[in-house]
Amino acid sequence: MNNVSQLLVGHPVERMEDARFLSGSGLFVDDLERDGMLHAAILRSSIAHADIVSIDTSAALRMPGVHAVITAADIGGEIPVIPLRLAPLPEFEPFRQPVIAADKVRYVGEPIAVVVADSRAIAEDALEAIDVQFEALSAVTGRGATEDALFACADDNVSLRYSAGFGDADAAFANADYVRTERFSVQRHTALPMETRGLLAEWDSSSARLIVTGATKVTFYNRRALAKMLDLGQDDIDLIEIDVGGGFGVRGEFYPEDFLIPFAARKLARPVKWIEDRREHLMAINHSRDVACELSIACRSDGTMLGLRGAVFSDMGAYIRTNGGVVPAKAAQFLPGPYRIPNVSVSVETFMTSKTPVGTYRGPGRFEANFFRERLIDMVALDLGIDVAEIRRKNLITEAELPYPIDGLVPYEGPTSYDTGNYVEVFERALLEIGWRDKCHLQGRLIDGVRHGIGLGCFVESGGAGPKENAALTLERDGSLTIAVGSSVLGQGLETVLGQIAADTLSIPFDRIRVLHGSTTLLDEGFGTYHSRAVVMGGSAVLDAAKKLREKILEQAANHLGRPNSELTIADQHVVAANGASVSLAALATEQVLSADGTFANTTRTYSYGTHAAHVTVDPRTGRVEILDYVAVEDVGRAINPAIVHGQAIGAIVQGLGGVFFDHLVYDEEAQLLNASLADYLVPTASDFPRLRAVTLELRPSLTNPLGAKGAGEGGIVAVAAATANAVAAALTPLGVEIHHLPLTPPRLWRLIKDARDRTPTAA
Amino acid sequence: MKLPPLDYIRPVTLAEAIAILAAHGGDAKAIAGGQSLMPLLAFRLAAPELLVDIGRLPGLRHIDISVEGVDLGALVTWRDIERDARLTYAHPLLAAAIAHVAHYQIRNRGTVGGSLAHADPAAEMPGIAITCDALITVVGPNGTRMVPANEFCLGGLSTVLEFDELVTNVRLPPWKQNRRWAFEEFARRRGDFALAGVAAFYDIDQNGTMRDPHVGVIGVGDRPMRLSVVENLLEGKSLDAGLILQAAALARDAVDPTDDIHAEAAYRRDMVGVLLERVLARAGNIVLMEAA
Repeated sequence: MNNVSQLLVGHPVERMEDARFLSGSGLFVDDLERDGMLHAAILRSSIAHADIVSIDTSAALRMPGVHAVITAADIGGEIPVIPLRLAPLPEFEPFRQPVIAADKVRYVGEPIAVVVADSRAIAEDALEAIDVQFEALSAVTGRGATEDALFACADDNVSLRYSAGFGDADAAFANADYVRTERFSVQRHTALPMETRGLLAEWDSSSARLIVTGATKVTFYNRRALAKMLDLGQDDIDLIEIDVGGGFGVRGEFYPEDFLIPFAARKLARPVKWIEDRREHLMAINHSRDVACELSIACRSDGTMLGLRGAVFSDMGAYIRTNGGVVPAKAAQFLPGPYRIPNVSVSVETFMTSKTPVGTYRGPGRFEANFFRERLIDMVALDLGIDVAEIRRKNLITEAELPYPIDGLVPYEGPTSYDTGNYVEVFERALLEIGWRDKCHLQGRLIDGVRHGIGLGCFVESGGAGPKENAALTLERDGSLTIAVGSSVLGQGLETVLGQIAADTLSIPFDRIRVLHGSTTLLDEGFGTYHSRAVVMGGSAVLDAAKKLREKILEQAANHLGRPNSELTIADQHVVAANGASVSLAALATEQVLSADGTFANTTRTYSYGTHAAHVTVDPRTGRVEILDYVAVEDVGRAINPAIVHGQAIGAIVQGLGGVFFDHLVYDEEAQLLNASLADYLVPTASDFPRLRAVTLELRPSLTNPLGAKGAGEGGIVAVAAATANAVAAALTPLGVEIHHLPLTPPRLWRLIKDARDRTPTAA
Repeated sequence: MKLPPLDYIRPVTLAEAIAILAAHGGDAKAIAGGQSLMPLLAFRLAAPELLVDIGRLPGLRHIDISVEGVDLGALVTWRDIERDARLTYAHPLLAAAIAHVAHYQIRNRGTVGGSLAHADPAAEMPGIAITCDALITVVGPNGTRMVPANEFCLGGLSTVLEFDELVTNVRLPPWKQNRRWAFEEFARRRGDFALAGVAAFYDIDQNGTMRDPHVGVIGVGDRPMRLSVVENLLEGKSLDAGLILQAAALARDAVDPTDDIHAEAAYRRDMVGVLLERVLARAGNIVLMEAA
């Protein structure tokens, strides 16, 4: 086997992608040009809820350079609807989104027509010439019945209700020393990948085949969906994944454009490119979060948690898209978090509004649930006079209690258990890192005009969704290795990580490995990248293939060298026998095709866990919050590449802080989106949060996969609101302020402080 | 977000630029750094037939410092101001305020004339011009006119400029020695437009009392404005903590902001008071025990 010192797994290997990206030679979908290529722009509804009376495209069609204007009338037959990819509950079926609005629009941004023209500029000119007559209906902006219901089947605009739980919450609450109930909410926002969506669709009339470039995340699923809609065979469509500038859950799901652009290309028999601009991105890509919760806790007077009740209310927007009810389901499931709470009851209500549909965004439901629960725990600690660290320590699930079943919190999912871990040790590490013992006396203190607060947030979070993943490895005739994998690359460094795994098994230098990913041309089937699954599933599939390929290589070398397999090792791109005879990998690959397919099937989830701690100051006069120190500690089981995991964690913290302080999709009472530009939709920039730290631990490997890896891309975001809001709340506790709602903008904190003062004029 | 169809021309003299603007009767628009106009075009909130690029007109990129004050050509960029070390002494308030303008890329492109002509109520340059009683030189087909800064802005994004007129330069009166001053603004993120900003300066006579105080605010109305009630309060008095609080209270009452998606009106109103307290305390080197 390999010399241990040469192993790449576990080392911060430089990303093989970086030279390409940093030198500007990455290839993104908008970099592609084709002969005869046309450009598409999409007419999107300007009003939130209306009947479409008429669409007149004649003026647009007469404009020079315009090749087609496609409306629902041109689709022919029934308008396809976007399928439910995850947890396809029958209750959601009436609320699925048609790929183009035919006679009704339900949100600002819903596609009404597609213009295809010689340039994007001409296409946009033509959009202005399309005359749509609307009969306005009343917009639905919140929970509850409205004058004009969005769907005939739901007078109250509710699409799903369920209850779930374990233990006996009613009894626990009835017998508890102490109960408290609070309402919390997380605002609607979205992931905002740097690269907006884009597609290039090419129809080859002679072979009746379609190639769509710009696909990612779940390409094989999307191909199945598209084939059905276009009445083509799956093999008639290739979805090609090239470089992708960020996904975070929102990018790569099946959207209306994933039908409309290929449809246009086939109709015109010309390549058609569509690149989403930032304005349409903000109104068209999945929104997320937007969850409210009424949360109750029952405790003994010593802080021992006995029961939890949570009612989750989720604004799904105008349609249920591919992700179904994942956001509220996970918000409900993760309400108990890493704590020993024997009696839990949750309920979920999803309701429809006249807003952009909701989907998953990095840490879906977890970001929200951790915020709700960790805030309530701090309130309990304050009420009971217990230190906020002590109450967590007392209730965290101990290692002896693992695996810890959390069955039944999602009624349509099977049993699941928190797997391996040492929650307490990681918690103590976070306290040590933030300097809890030395700093906790600062809580709420006013120093030089600002108040200090230190907050904690604990989490446990699932990853590694099944059912399986596939990989195919080929030893090329020049001795290099090609890896093909069904996992998708979204800019997260997957090529490097998979290369490391294969390099270790096959002793092939890292720079002689090429990773092909995502495209439907590579494998018969792939499952993609979501739910922190690419390393757990894709990495394990590559490992499986690499082991098989190694056996084949050794077998071929055994034939070549006339020595038994057991005497052979791979070193320096050669197979070497104990007697010193050797043959190059290139020679072996020339003698015989050397390739191997690998697969990894598993439906048992991994559970990463950790604690975040934040030290902030709040200027009580302006509401400005400064992060003085922030540390996220997470056990990911095994970090294939610690540098990449660290980057993921830091990036996730920044993104989470955006959700705490900036990101907010603001709608008015007519359900108009008021900030569909980066001038008004604020996101963190490089200078906003300079002091962040992440500590990645490998305490307890996962037992579900041979790598021992757990999901590592989402733990950095899921407890950010929890820890940060607790820190802000701790800073403002002396002023009588409690935090229930995000975002924590300066004007909002100012308002909370002012209202608290007005309630008790004598307070400090 | 592609620009609407339009033509583009780059005249080489000021007279030519004015003539082109005049000939198009309001359907042409001057562009220099493009930091305000380009987004408006991309959103199709403006759709002129012709863009007149004045970016290379000669003689408009000077920073002249003399006994008559600081004269800034219309094409002076924020980066030019930032790099001119003389301004730290010749007009420290200008230098401090311009340090808050946006980010590197914008600072390299955005111009003094463009900011004045665009007249964003939260922009620093119009605010400083008004606070300092600057004179703005405007050239049109009928010649040159000098417009006092406090008469230049008419309302939100609206000025006295006619469609065929251009700002050529702005003159800030000379900065007196030993002048006390400070500038503070509050923005959600570094470089964003301010939710509120306050500039103030005054001179001190031999008795230690304030003379000729100037107080200007940005971001809290449809245009930058002077707080004359505050200036009147301060004139002839010596600054102390009590007077600062009194000034802040007057300032809060003197502004009339509106709600928007970034802040409620009451917040902006209060920020004017908070920022004025901080500005005056800094200018006067007075330690305020802030109630918090």
